[in-house]
Amino acid sequence: MSTVETARPRTRRDVKRARGPYGRVQQVVDELDDRLGLAKGGRTFLDKIFPDHWSFMLGEIALYSFVVLLVTGVFLTLYFVPSQATVIYHGAYKPLDGVRMSEAYESTVNISFAVRAGLLMRQMHHWAADVFVGAIVVHMARIFFTGAFRKPRELNWTIGVTLLILAILNGFIGYSLPDDLISGTGLRIGYSIILSIPFVGSYLAFFVFGGTFPGHVIIDRLYIIHVLIIPLIILGLLGAHLGLLVRQKHTQFPGKGRTEHNVVGSPMFPTFMAKTTGFLLMVGGGLALLGGLAQINPIWQFGPYQASKISYAVQPDWYMGWLDGALRIMPSWQWTAWGHTLPWEVFFPAVLFPGLIFNVCFAWPAIERKFTKDNALHNLLDRPRDRPKRTGVGVAMIALLFTLFAASSTDVLANFFHISLNEVLIFFRFAVFVIPVVAGFAAWRICLEMQGVTGIGKRKRAMVISRTATGEYVSEDSAPRPGDGHRELEPEPVPVRIELEPAAVGAAVGTSADDDTPGVRRVNR
Amino acid sequence: MTDETQVTDAEGDVVSAHDAGTRTAVAMPVARFDDPHMREAARNPRQAEQIIAVLMLIGIAGIAGFGAAYWQNAAPWIIAVTLGVGLFFLGFGMTAWGKYLMPQGPFVEERHPLASSDDERQAMAAALVERTGVVVKRRRLLGGLLGGGLGIFGIVAMFPLLRSMGPLPGDALDRTDWKKGTYLVDSNGRRVRSDEMEVGGIMTVYPAGLENTDAGQAIDQTVLIRVQDTAFTTVKGRETWAPLGYVAYSKVCTHLGCPVGLYERELELLVCPCHQSMFNVRDGAVPQFGPAPRPLPQLPLYIDANGYLRSQSGYDQAVGPGFWERTNQGNGTA
Repeated sequence: MSTVETARPRTRRDVKRARGPYGRVQQVVDELDDRLGLAKGGRTFLDKIFPDHWSFMLGEIALYSFVVLLVTGVFLTLYFVPSQATVIYHGAYKPLDGVRMSEAYESTVNISFAVRAGLLMRQMHHWAADVFVGAIVVHMARIFFTGAFRKPRELNWTIGVTLLILAILNGFIGYSLPDDLISGTGLRIGYSIILSIPFVGSYLAFFVFGGTFPGHVIIDRLYIIHVLIIPLIILGLLGAHLGLLVRQKHTQFPGKGRTEHNVVGSPMFPTFMAKTTGFLLMVGGGLALLGGLAQINPIWQFGPYQASKISYAVQPDWYMGWLDGALRIMPSWQWTAWGHTLPWEVFFPAVLFPGLIFNVCFAWPAIERKFTKDNALHNLLDRPRDRPKRTGVGVAMIALLFTLFAASSTDVLANFFHISLNEVLIFFRFAVFVIPVVAGFAAWRICLEMQGVTGIGKRKRAMVISRTATGEYVSEDSAPRPGDGHRELEPEPVPVRIELEPAAVGAAVGTSADDDTPGVRRVNR
Repeated sequence: MTDETQVTDAEGDVVSAHDAGTRTAVAMPVARFDDPHMREAARNPRQAEQIIAVLMLIGIAGIAGFGAAYWQNAAPWIIAVTLGVGLFFLGFGMTAWGKYLMPQGPFVEERHPLASSDDERQAMAAALVERTGVVVKRRRLLGGLLGGGLGIFGIVAMFPLLRSMGPLPGDALDRTDWKKGTYLVDSNGRRVRSDEMEVGGIMTVYPAGLENTDAGQAIDQTVLIRVQDTAFTTVKGRETWAPLGYVAYSKVCTHLGCPVGLYERELELLVCPCHQSMFNVRDGAVPQFGPAPRPLPQLPLYIDANGYLRSQSGYDQAVGPGFWERTNQGNGTA
């Protein structure tokens, strides 16, 4: 036996023996480990534990729609022309034949009609952007209501809020690029918002647009911001977001065997890797179905941007709705004095208000700590009902944003309900204060009530009430359903080798799990 | 064969741990198919495997179909459905494989505290403070110069970033191309005559020659409405501005610059479709409703000897939304 150590390998069998029981894989690991020293960390990575809860999937949706955005976005850059130079259209879409338009608009129409799968890629890209921002928002709500932002994860919360802002900004810039009638109107609103900033507004607007609106450089500038600068920042922050997640490890809900000092769940390899890669494909497939079956942003119907034209019921993408609503319901308060104008009617709802909202988001971990005086490290999540005040504040914030979102369709609501636009507007001016207070208070009260319910959150067993032949009513437990007897197992460290098929284990089934078998070394890290 | 220390290598040969040269095979406690950590479905793995195989086959068929549809340049929805179904079902199968046929745990991993020991923390702080103390405090001049230099560079670096990106505004925001005697033309460049519009009619007009330019479209755009068939006064001091009931207002909304493109004929209200500001055409386009803070500036008109509509002068104030340098002049009366 020991002669193998010194003998030069001659036969295939010798080579095999020298490699050890894990063959080529061992060889590759050895070579890599010699150079990079990754065996120990790599093993830790394979064993990384992912707690299992449906809500932990929301961030993955955001991540994977970002992947779809990158892939479809690269496709679009091959055909999009970021230029405001005027051309006369003579292309595949006949209704626009002979119409003056910018090259940006022309190339977008061409992507939709002349490039193979171009329309699908465009619509997938747009849907992915909407899903991306949506998933970030819902993921953020999950983090908020379960208290996952608490120490030590405040920095990651901050990165997340920054990512949300960048996603919204890049979404707006992205749908501005085709230079169609709606996006051009949005850009003009953006220009006017910059103008409204005191002292520097007109200078900033001129620097951004290269002169008065519309100028001839804005599409080109927005393009490089949209395809390079912001995606690069998002990628960097995403790396930091996930890096911190690995370093600080996941949070988890309380449960059997779960403490502040461990993580319980399924391992990175192979379980989580299979599930999450599958989920990436599912998100991609879902977005492909949306992009192919649900029309979004049909710019050929809107027509090219002309500054003097506009269409009725102009609506931005959904994540800009709250700002549009704020602009609509703001009273026309403008200050003029000493030869200067301060347009509060724009500056407050479009600059100060979103600044305030995002700053509250950034500061929330600090704000909460100030009230709770809680400086401990937290790895176990809260149930929202156990933190009624936080839940109330979160619900109030969501109610505020939803009310503003609804206010961005004042004209549509007035038409739909056949009431005067004036009444709808007045309603929202009050509702924006009343609804958040009522909703927040109600959420707080409901949390308190839920805390008082015995057996809350536990699986309930139905009672069956039946009448006997003598007319007596009796109640008894219903038949057990699958999962009734489910109890959580005691968690244990990840084993190196996992057998799935009884055949492969054979007769060893009965004994091989024995830790104390001579010659078997249990490897725990 | 059934010895627990035997391990199968990559090529399928059984290698005994004791024969494996310098390496020792680490045989592990095994999670078996009847392990309680497996899902119930895994206790009947054949069935689960079959279902997953069907899912993946659908996925493969979809992806192959996508290739064919792409190759044949099929309708977009066919390309989309094949791609979507293909990716979704392949992913669905893979996820189901992970969920039903792979060990779910609960496995546990200890959380090692991130914090260093108190000594290490103090050493870090000490290194920062002590070294900074030696280096910077003794060489205040150099430290100040370095800081100052970088600070100045920071400020100077903003100049090219900002200054070459656009011209300074100057009075560009206060001006339009309307001058004394400018002809009103429609979007085709045709001059507007005083006898061609009905009472209640509306059109967008531009300064002659600029109807197809950025400036003409974005800044000079003006809405011309015939309110009645005799001259009338919108605001005191504008008695001559609306000959034969023709009244012209800047079409750029004073709220956010959208074109005020809707006209409620019966109420004689101009409505901005963006944020629903309403301007009363009769009384000088004063906002009736909505967020717009100022009336739309009115363009003084006259009818020349040949019956063409022309402007008496330019606008008496900046058109469009508010900005810091906007003076209050021309607000209300001329």
